[in-house]
This record gives sequence, C-alpha cells and structure tokens, in this order.
Amino acid sequence: MNYKATVNVTLKKSVLDPQGKTVLHALEAMGLNQARDVRVGKYFELILDAAGEKEAGDHVRTMCDRLLINPVIEDYTYKLEKL
Amino acid sequence: MKAVVVVFPGSNCDTDCFNVLKDVMKVPVEFVWHKEGSLPDCDLVVLPGGFSYGDYLRTGAIARFSPVMQAVKQHADSGRLVFGICNGFQILLEAGLLPGAMLRNRSLQFICKPVTLRVETVKTAFTQKLTQGSVLEIPIAHGEGNYYCDDDTYQRLADTDSVVFRYASEMGVLGDEFNPNGSRGHIAGIVNERRNVLGMMPHPERASEPVLSMTDGLGIWQSLAGAL
Repeated sequence: MNYKATVNVTLKKSVLDPQGKTVLHALEAMGLNQARDVRVGKYFELILDAAGEKEAGDHVRTMCDRLLINPVIEDYTYKLEKL
Repeated sequence: MKAVVVVFPGSNCDTDCFNVLKDVMKVPVEFVWHKEGSLPDCDLVVLPGGFSYGDYLRTGAIARFSPVMQAVKQHADSGRLVFGICNGFQILLEAGLLPGAMLRNRSLQFICKPVTLRVETVKTAFTQKLTQGSVLEIPIAHGEGNYYCDDDTYQRLADTDSVVFRYASEMGVLGDEFNPNGSRGHIAGIVNERRNVLGMMPHPERASEPVLSMTDGLGIWQSLAGAL
C-alpha cells in the first residue's frame, strides 16, 4: 500500500528561533500586531510503501530519527494518509 | 606525524588546510575523497570547511553519512586526532562526535570577517603550545555558527574543561557585543571528553601565513605538529 506522510519540524521550545523573531518583527513593522510569537519550521512530504499504517509509521519515525530531524534542536509531528 | 584532509562534495577549504600542513608545517599530508571506506595510516584527520552537499537539510547532515565517516569515527575511537573546522565542526556535531548543534546566526546573515577568540584551555593537543587566556585573531565565514546545547551539556562542557575557544574582545573580555553569531556561552570551539576531537568555527588555515596578513592560527598547527 502507498502512504503519504507529512512531517512538520519545529525548533524545540527551549531553542531560540532567530528567523521566527525576524519574521515577527517584520509583521509588527507592517502593522500586523496580532501575532505574539512566530516559529519557523520545516515540512516534508514522503510517499512510501508499507504493509499497513503501523509499518508506515515505523518507517517515518526511523527516517525522522536517523536523518530528517536533529533531536538536539528539533521536534517533529507527522500524519499519515493512505493513497 | 601524518595528516589527511577529507574532501566532501562542496568542501572549499580543503586546499587551504592541505597547504598549511604541507607547505607551512612541512607535514606529510594527503587528500581523501569522501567515498573512501577507509583512511590511510595517519595521526590527524582534518574535516575542512565548505558547504558539503550544499548544506541541504541541515549543515553537515548529509556529509555525516559519507562512507569515509565510518573510518573517521574509528580513527577518533582509537584516540587519534580529528580536527573539524567550520563545516567540519558542523559535520562532527551531526555525527555525534561532539555534543550540541548549530543554529542560524542570530543576525540571519552569513558573516565573513576576522574575529577575536580567547584560548580557554591549553590542555589539548590542538592548543598545547598556546597561552591560556591569550587572544587570537582568526576569521570566521559561516551562516550557521550559532552553537547550541542544552543546560546539562553546557554544564558538562564546563566541568570537563571542554570549551577550547570563546569569542571575546581583543582584550579577552567576554560580552554579547563580541559574539558574532549568538553562540551559547560565546563558544567558538569545543573538544570531546577524550580531548582528541576538536571542532571550531573560525578558520586557522586562513590565518597561518604572513602573506595572508594574519598568523594567529599558526599556533594551533604547531601544537598539533608538536603533539605527534
């Protein structure tokens, strides 16, 4: 079966995000003062083969833990969708 | 002493490192392409600066899986020396040979300029000929040199005398205004607990010959040559 996994990566809460801060200041400079904080992240789309959803999830977590994210500074969440 | 300089696709300081070792230090040195599964018999491995794999995903994240990195790990595990400069430091962090990670510079800008560093410890093979607390002028050239680690790791670095260089004023004073990238604790270079793997963001190979107008990096190469 084919699955589409979408992975969202964010910097850990304890890690300062200079890019997010700069975007927040730009929003404020535009008069868009509604945002209180901005965190900039990363997004992956993976298409993968797996026997079932559990196996697909195992694959995604392995890929994230071994390459896609750096656990020292990043957290991630993912969603699976059967194609 | 014999040295090798590893070349990744996108390395751009490999020739500079080779030149310092061969022509300035008169040390036998050879290049090793990252596809090699083993290293020639050597005492020192240099991971040079550059943009390995175009900095895709994260700096150093892909280079870490190059075949040669298994051999570099074994080299480090055997207690021999590994020296990561700039992108080489980033690769060592991604490979887990040094603790922590790199974030984008606080300013979000790529910074290329001479900075001043304070020597925090001379109890390493890389710094044994330097003077504790002395200040070196060495250039940096990076967009992601904002060193980060969690509180426990930072404490461990301090407890084990593992911070080797900190950004400081010309007088050796620490302060935010002398920290070019936002690095935690003004860290510019660290060593592992076994003290044989060092990573630093500044480029000593660009400051080791009078013709380059800066020579403060030379003491690091002399320390290495003297250690072996």
